[in-house]
Amino acid sequence: MGISIEEVKKIAGLARIRLTPDEEKRHAETISAVLDYMKILNELDTQGVGQTYQVTGLRNIVREDVARECEIKKELLAQMPKIKENELAVPAVFADQEENV
Amino acid sequence: MTNLNNLTVKQAGHGLSAAEFTSVDLTKACLKRIEERNKEINAFITVCYDSALEDAKIADGLIREGEASPLTGIPFAVKDAICTAGVRSTGSAKILDNYIPPFDASVIKKIRAQGGVLLGKNNCDAFGHGASNENSMYGPVRNPHDVSKVAGGSSGGSAAAVADNMCIYAIAEDTGGSIRQPASFCGVVGIRPSYGRNSRYGIMPMGSSLDTVGPITKTVYDAALIMQNIAGRDSLDATTVDADVPPYSEEIEKNLKGKTIGMPREYFESDALDEEVRKIVLSKIEKLKDLGCKIKEVSLPHTKYAIAVYYIIVPCEDSSNLGRLDGIRYGMRAAADDLFGVYANSRAQGFPEEVKRRILIGTYALSAGYYDAYYKKAQTVRTLIKKDFEDVFKKVSALITPTSPFPAFGIGEKNQDHIRS
Repeated sequence: MGISIEEVKKIAGLARIRLTPDEEKRHAETISAVLDYMKILNELDTQGVGQTYQVTGLRNIVREDVARECEIKKELLAQMPKIKENELAVPAVFADQEENV
Repeated sequence: MTNLNNLTVKQAGHGLSAAEFTSVDLTKACLKRIEERNKEINAFITVCYDSALEDAKIADGLIREGEASPLTGIPFAVKDAICTAGVRSTGSAKILDNYIPPFDASVIKKIRAQGGVLLGKNNCDAFGHGASNENSMYGPVRNPHDVSKVAGGSSGGSAAAVADNMCIYAIAEDTGGSIRQPASFCGVVGIRPSYGRNSRYGIMPMGSSLDTVGPITKTVYDAALIMQNIAGRDSLDATTVDADVPPYSEEIEKNLKGKTIGMPREYFESDALDEEVRKIVLSKIEKLKDLGCKIKEVSLPHTKYAIAVYYIIVPCEDSSNLGRLDGIRYGMRAAADDLFGVYANSRAQGFPEEVKRRILIGTYALSAGYYDAYYKKAQTVRTLIKKDFEDVFKKVSALITPTSPFPAFGIGEKNQDHIRS
C-alpha cells in the first residue's frame, strides 16, 4: 500500500509541517516503503484478540484535587517566545484580525 | 592513582567518603576529559562547566557534614531528551535550541536532591528517533572505541560519554532499545527497567506507553545502585507502580545456581545475527552454565512482527506527543504570515527529517480510514507478543539474548534504512 505525494501533502497539513517539494517526494517514497513493511502484520489472524494499550494494569490513578501555587511563573514566562505585559503573546487566530502582538 | 574520571560509581563513592579526593576533584577530572574529547566524540550538546563545580562544592559540604547519600558528589550526565532545571534541554532538535526547563524530571530531581553533580546534556537522536545517533540536529555521536563507527542510538551520547570516561554514569531513556543498543555498541552497561518502575515525568515523550528511564553505567553493580536510588512511584506520573524498591545492589550478589535461563530460538536463528555476536553470547551462556544455571531453549513465535508493531505504535503516540511543539508556548517560533504558518514553519525548521517522517507516519496511521488497519492491528499483535513473553516466563526466570544482532556500524552506512536506523 503506497502513499502518493498528494496524500503526503494532506497529512503534512494535518500535522502542521511545511514541506518542500523535494521533501514531499522523499517522504512519499520512504513512507511507502515503511507501510509496505507493515504488510507483514496481515499474515496474522487476530480475530478475537484484544488490544494492549497499557501493561501495568493500573486503573483510575488520581490525586487529591488541590490547587497549588505555581512557584516557577517567572521561569515559565522566560521560556515563552514572545510576551506582552507578563502574558504569552500569540499570533491572531482569525485571519481578519490584526496580530495581537 | 588512576584518573578520577575513570572510576565507577562504587569506587567514586568510596573515595569520597574516605576523603581520598573531593567531589570538586572528581568533577574537574570529568570536565577535563570532556574538554579534551568532546570535539571529536560529540557526546555532549551542553556542558555545565560552572554549575557543575558549584554543585560539587555543595556536595563536598554535605560529605564533610556527614550528610552524604550514595550519589552525593558523583558527576553524571543526562540525555538531552530529559528535562533538567536551569540547564538547556534541546532533545537534539533545533525547535528547543534555546529551551531551559524550569523543572527537573523526577528521576533527575531525586539524584540532584542527593547532591549529584550534573555535568551536562548528552547528544541523542532527536526526541529519541533513531538507533544510530545520526538523527541529531547537533551532528552524529562517534563511538569512542572507533570514531568511524556510530555510538548507537538513540542514547548514543550517554553511552559514548560513559564509555569514554567523560562522566561516572549517565541517565537516559529507552523506548525500543535506546539505552540497551548504544550501551552494547559502546561496551558499557545499560538497563531498560520495567515500564512503570521509574517515573517518566519530565522526559520528552516519544511512545508514552513504551518510554522508560534508566541508567547507563560502567558496571552492573553501578546500574543496580542507580536503579535503587531512582525507582519508585511518583505522584507526577500516574503510570508508575506502587511496589517496593528492593536493594538491587544487594540482590545482584545472590547466587544464580539452579535458575533456569531461557534462550529464545528466534533471536539466535535470525539471518541478521552477526557470527561474532553469536559466538560471544554463546560463550556467556556457557558461563551461566558454569555458575549452575539451567539453559532452556524457548520460543517467542511473534518476534518477527515486533518491528512492524513498534513502527506503528511509536509514531502514532509520537505524532500526538510532539503536537505540543508548535512554536507557541516555548521553544523556537518561526516567522510567518498567519497562525498556520507559525505552526508549520516552526515545525519545518525545528525538526529533523526523521522526526518529520515519524510524525507523518503516525498522523497517517491514525487518520480516518486507516486506524483499524494500522494502529488497532498493531495493538492487537502487541497482545500476542506480550503473551509470548508471559508464556515463556512461566518456564524460565530470565532470558539471555544478544542486545543487537550486529556490532556498531559505520557512520552513514545505514542512512537509507528507515526501519533499522
